[in-house]
Amino acid sequence: MSASKSKRFDLDEADAERLLREAREHKGISLWQDASRRLRRNRPSWYALVFLIGFGLLSFLAPLLPLRSPVRSNLDITLSAPTLDGGDSNYLATLDPQADSTTITREIEKDYWELSGMDHGLISLRRGIFGSWQTGHWLGTDHLGRDLLSRIVWGSRTSILVSLAAALCSLLIGVFYGSFSGLAGGRIDNLMMRIVDILYSIPFIFVVIFLITLIGDHRQVLEEEWGLDREKVFYLVIGAVYWLTMARVVRGQVLSLKHTEFVQAARVMGASTLHILGRHIVPNVLSVVIVYLTLTIPAVMLFEAFLSFLGLGVEPPRVSWGLIAVDGTSAINPLRIHWWVVVFPALAMGSTLLALNVLGDGLRDALDPKMRGKE
Amino acid sequence: MSQPLLKVQDLTKHFPVGPRTIFGKPEQFLRAVDGVSFQIEKGGSLGLVGESGCGKSTCARTIVGLHPATSGSVRYEGVELTSLSRREWLPYRRKIQMIFQDPYASLDPRQTVAQILNEPLKLFGLGRPRERRLRVLALLEAVGLNPRHVQRYPHEFSGGQRQRIGIARALAGEPDLIVCDEPVSALDVSIQAQIVNLLSELRERFDLAYLFIAHDLAVVRHLCERIAVMYLGRLVEEAPRDELFKNPAHPYTKALLSAVPYPDPEVERTRERIVLGGDVPSPLTPPSGCPFHPRCHQVGDVSGDRCSREVPALVHEGQRSRACHLD
Ligand SMILES: Nc1ncnc2c1ncn2[C@@H]1O[C@H](COP(=O)(O)OP(=O)(O)OP(=O)(O)O)[C@@H](O)[C@H]1O
Ligand code: SF4
Ligand SMILES: [Mg+2]
Repeated sequence: MSASKSKRFDLDEADAERLLREAREHKGISLWQDASRRLRRNRPSWYALVFLIGFGLLSFLAPLLPLRSPVRSNLDITLSAPTLDGGDSNYLATLDPQADSTTITREIEKDYWELSGMDHGLISLRRGIFGSWQTGHWLGTDHLGRDLLSRIVWGSRTSILVSLAAALCSLLIGVFYGSFSGLAGGRIDNLMMRIVDILYSIPFIFVVIFLITLIGDHRQVLEEEWGLDREKVFYLVIGAVYWLTMARVVRGQVLSLKHTEFVQAARVMGASTLHILGRHIVPNVLSVVIVYLTLTIPAVMLFEAFLSFLGLGVEPPRVSWGLIAVDGTSAINPLRIHWWVVVFPALAMGSTLLALNVLGDGLRDALDPKMRGKE
Repeated sequence: MSQPLLKVQDLTKHFPVGPRTIFGKPEQFLRAVDGVSFQIEKGGSLGLVGESGCGKSTCARTIVGLHPATSGSVRYEGVELTSLSRREWLPYRRKIQMIFQDPYASLDPRQTVAQILNEPLKLFGLGRPRERRLRVLALLEAVGLNPRHVQRYPHEFSGGQRQRIGIARALAGEPDLIVCDEPVSALDVSIQAQIVNLLSELRERFDLAYLFIAHDLAVVRHLCERIAVMYLGRLVEEAPRDELFKNPAHPYTKALLSAVPYPDPEVERTRERIVLGGDVPSPLTPPSGCPFHPRCHQVGDVSGDRCSREVPALVHEGQRSRACHLD
């Protein structure tokens, strides 16, 4: 520190020791600790969070569970009602244990689709734990005799993946674009927001239909040269839609934050725009962003289901909740009510969306600095 | 060489307002600050008073570089500040600091006191981590807060305590000048006195100069040896405190003073009370001539319609100056 004037603040050793000791004695609680404490007190939100975490785990660990194959059809038992029988043995029982790994992989993928290495690992773990035992048709079967429970669990993976893609785009593009626009202000802000307006006004359903058809025609080329399959394009499109609102929300926040006195204080201290963005703006916007994310995700899940329903999203043999819904509706007929093909997928989707909404509400309260310290 | 610490000359800040086409110029300008000049000596303090909306904050913000000046000059120890880029400003940042009006908005709700006070030290590049920690604690002690509370968040403090944190932050870089923009207006009267006392104590201890903004004269009286009165973006009078209080020369100052209770009951009983009629005119369409003339009670004492035609210049006379056509 500068020589002459810092005398003003110079402390002798005893004083310094005393101050440090006093400061150490008293630790505060952080905003995040406080927020999580308040979230836990808010019962519905807390349960919603626990439910979602449990559900996420279930979905991630699907290969580990002794579920039936989500794609293997059995025309002898089409549309059979839920039963609570104890399960049976799957064809893996007959698989030669000495077979080499490529054979095993090939055999397994007959029951699924192309799986990642991680999933294969989980499946072999499953074989170690459960052997070839698999559940009965606890939630019934669909019109091709496929197991509904397994389809719902595996289908949730698509929903989660889509949500993650949209969330990531929202976070990376939306937050950055919005903060930059808000901070820059003036004409740049104006231009950037008009671009968002224009993107908003495009009817995305048509874009999706157009893109998917286009890809249908040039599938081979795209896949070989660009490594783009239909699914990736699908995720890209969804990502491209869902950052727009985030950008608007963040910009609004930044506009009001940048005139606050604490940001001006930082400017008077000579802070750069980047410093202000990182230290003051982003931390203050983050709670709104998190809350907004929990509200976006349900919308994205619905959008995915809708597109898959129209045949524009995920393709068989893969499963998604939208596809299950298509199968469900096609099985409805006025003579026999196969309620399980509609009720169970609807329950799974409905409870997830409800939990996300409840959690979003709770997070908004928990992260509001004005609510701090209150019950 | 006796260089003033801060010399402000003909400082002007006009805000473009009203509709603006994409390429065209804005149609109107709001004259928030219109040719203000004053200076502050090292260790001196100037109180800047005026009604709400007369441009005090804008003046302060322009001086510390939060707004670019429309024209005029701000010199710190002879160095022109208005033309500096952000980088060129950096060496002077720690020398000129600011205290804000609203203790609830001036501290980042997501930072602890330790982080808030550490930020200027880091930005000014002062000290190593241990030194900075000690400096933070010493700062808290200097403003009368318990160093134990260094890990707390702003919302855990009262308004007065928050304002102390704001003061500690301004003190962090050992400034020469602190611009205080109504630092006590948002506080309870009892706490106002404490903060004013703290500021005057700190001035002694750290040899500070203040530009102290307030909207009433009572507050600046304890702290400032010179007082400038502002009306509609212009200075109307500037004088040493005692002279201004004993013998105000501008009709506007007289009107302001007549609203301040006087400690001597004898004087209190006999002095005249002037009630200002009308509203403050808009700085968008300032009155012609003397900006104060639509409300001035002495406009009749000036011959002819000089007051409404001719803008009175700020005339220096010994220690004081005034902008009025009165003799
Ligand atoms: N960024 C801005 N853009 C346009 N006009 C502004 C801006 N900032 C201030 N003004 C205008 O400039 C004038 C002076 O405002 P300023 O805040 O400086 O007044 P003040 O004397 O500090 O008032 P107060 O006592 O209420 O704080 C006001 O008419 C205000 O509306
Ligand atoms: S110039 Fe005229 S109107 Fe203005 S303050 Fe003096 S007397 Fe009043
Ligand atoms: Mg102000």
